[in-house]
Amino acid sequence: MFFKKISVAAAVSVLVAGAASADCSNTVSVKTISNAFPAYETMAAAMAACGNVTSELDKDHRLKIVDAFSANPSLYSMTSLTNSTSVPMIDADLLRPLDDLVASYGKDLNPNQFVKIDGKIMAIAAFANTQHLMYREDILSDLGIDVPTDWAEYIAAAEKIQAAGVVDYPIGHYTKDGWNLAFVFVNHFLGEGGDFFNADWTPSINNEKGVAVLARMAKLATLMDPEYLVSDSTFVTKQMQQGKIAMANLWASRAGAVNDPAESTVAGKIVMGAGLKGSATLASTIWWDGWSIAKNISDEEAEAAMKMIVASMAQDVIEAHNDDAIWLAPGFVPGAAAQGAFATAAGQAPNYPMNKYIGSMHGALGSGLAAFMTGDKDAATTLADIEAAYITDAKEKGLLD
Amino acid sequence: MMFLFIAAPLVSVLWQSFHVTKPIYEQVEVETCVPGLLGSSCVIELKTRPILSDAGKIITNTTYVGLQSYRNVLQPEKLRTAIKNRSWREFTNIRFWSALRFTLVFTVLTLPLVLGTGLLIALAVNNTVPRLKGPVIFVSLLPFIVTPVIGALAIRWLFIGDGILTAGLEWWLQKDIAMFAQAWTIELMMYIYRVWHVAPFAFVVFYAGLQTVNQDTLEAAIIDGASRWQRLRYVIIPHLMPLVVFLTLIHLMDAYRVFEEIVGFSSSAHVISLQWLTYEFLLQDGTGARAISRASASAVLTMIGIAVLLAIPLRRVWREQRGS
Repeated sequence: MFFKKISVAAAVSVLVAGAASADCSNTVSVKTISNAFPAYETMAAAMAACGNVTSELDKDHRLKIVDAFSANPSLYSMTSLTNSTSVPMIDADLLRPLDDLVASYGKDLNPNQFVKIDGKIMAIAAFANTQHLMYREDILSDLGIDVPTDWAEYIAAAEKIQAAGVVDYPIGHYTKDGWNLAFVFVNHFLGEGGDFFNADWTPSINNEKGVAVLARMAKLATLMDPEYLVSDSTFVTKQMQQGKIAMANLWASRAGAVNDPAESTVAGKIVMGAGLKGSATLASTIWWDGWSIAKNISDEEAEAAMKMIVASMAQDVIEAHNDDAIWLAPGFVPGAAAQGAFATAAGQAPNYPMNKYIGSMHGALGSGLAAFMTGDKDAATTLADIEAAYITDAKEKGLLD
Repeated sequence: MMFLFIAAPLVSVLWQSFHVTKPIYEQVEVETCVPGLLGSSCVIELKTRPILSDAGKIITNTTYVGLQSYRNVLQPEKLRTAIKNRSWREFTNIRFWSALRFTLVFTVLTLPLVLGTGLLIALAVNNTVPRLKGPVIFVSLLPFIVTPVIGALAIRWLFIGDGILTAGLEWWLQKDIAMFAQAWTIELMMYIYRVWHVAPFAFVVFYAGLQTVNQDTLEAAIIDGASRWQRLRYVIIPHLMPLVVFLTLIHLMDAYRVFEEIVGFSSSAHVISLQWLTYEFLLQDGTGARAISRASASAVLTMIGIAVLLAIPLRRVWREQRGS
């Protein structure tokens, strides 16, 4: 939640230890806000080493940035963005087009990093992210289980592991009530080949595909820690590190941490597999994660922010933290931690949609799904109520007539 | 000044609950190029975008919608079917009514516990050796000093996953326990937490009250052969009655706005409160918008709820005042 904010200052001394690139000393005050997980900790530390950078790492940064950037001057110089969080920022015209700054300072960046809207660079992606299988190689080979490639095989494998009783719970999943639980549904629904909307943007989730997804989610719940409704990605990462679970479908950005000997009791035993297939396609989505600079700040501050973006993904930083993410900037060597993500991308996983309607739908799913998981509602009622909630919400926000 | 700071926000909330402000959208064809693991991909698609004014602000349009936002919150049709089917489950499956159910139960259940625990601590402290009173008062006050969210989180960490208390219970009962897996255990933790947190306040108030009990009356009662219980029942409690009413009013107002517990115990999947519902409407979703109108309607309904709850003790006070 919002109090899980970390002031990086403390983390800096531990993380950087000389990782900063040679020539990035900064004299203009730059304030950043970003999501909080290892890749951002790495980048924030690299920027802090240049001086005069204050970074705020907050899992719920998305709830702050629209208002913070609407202020003039903006409360932050730059923010982390993704497919999803960029939508309201671009709509409200709060981001600075970066073409000229990239031309001046971004020669070291990879052209593949640019997020372009109508030809203008609006964000610079640092890394790509997706969700894929992570499994305990030792447990699967001991029990003679083949590496699952789709959700049916995954559930069958989990049942075997449960029967063998070698771990507390066979699987972990980010099913925390709210955004996370909704995200699980979104991925699975896409994996069933579902389309969330009709042509006129009215919802279409109350169908056999939606029911199939809910049935699968209920099945998965029986294979997890019963407190799964408070389990977010960090929770699953810890379960994995502490050897409490044998498999998880987790964000690629956690692939480094689960095998990090400093944190994990089972380091080296976890292998990355491709994202798992639903009945139609991969039930995983591809995300980009990167930086954007505020429109409402001085040119001088924007220039400094741009230099910090470049410094945060300098080659030596990425080389020192190769496994923290699937970096897009030069210097990244895909290793064992990245193989799951690349296999997922090769399997044609779709991008998470960049539009407003999915934002409203994601919200309606987030507050509506828990009632099904707790057994308060059956599948059809849940889906009908979520559709109704989406319509109410989209109407109030002017998206539907 | 007072009027400005107290009435103006209320009026604005009331006004917003009857109006809806929407951005005006247009359909534009946009080319979007995004990075991926295997290289960039570009798509041209029709996007719904808000129209911006010359000053760069989103143009909005505000309309009067009457009670529509209230209907969206209260969902009267669903309520009617639930009542017609006499189904408690259908009733609690409507978010507002399930929030109201929890909020009321929470308020009503914790009230006697807070009053009782507060009085017990006050009596105990009043009877300890004078030398120990200072430290005992200080320690008893600690839970009230702790910031609510931090206090809730501290208790949550004792129980979540294999927190030490859960682990201890599991060891003691030889049974796998998951405190955060079902509604009733979470609710129980929330009740205990609230009593733990607020009882010190009741204690301080009662303790102050105990200092003013008329010693002559007490002594007279002792001479008359009144037992300890009778002295409490017929002398002390009647003396403290105005404080009980005061604490009841404060607690009803406070507990009806229960929020920190929902956050601290991450209970939103199982139980939500009215205040949480308002907060949920106010949260920005992926569109960058908030459901301000429904949030306002929900806030107004919360105010009405508190007013109704307070009416009962207030009427009593009023009658007594008039009677004397």
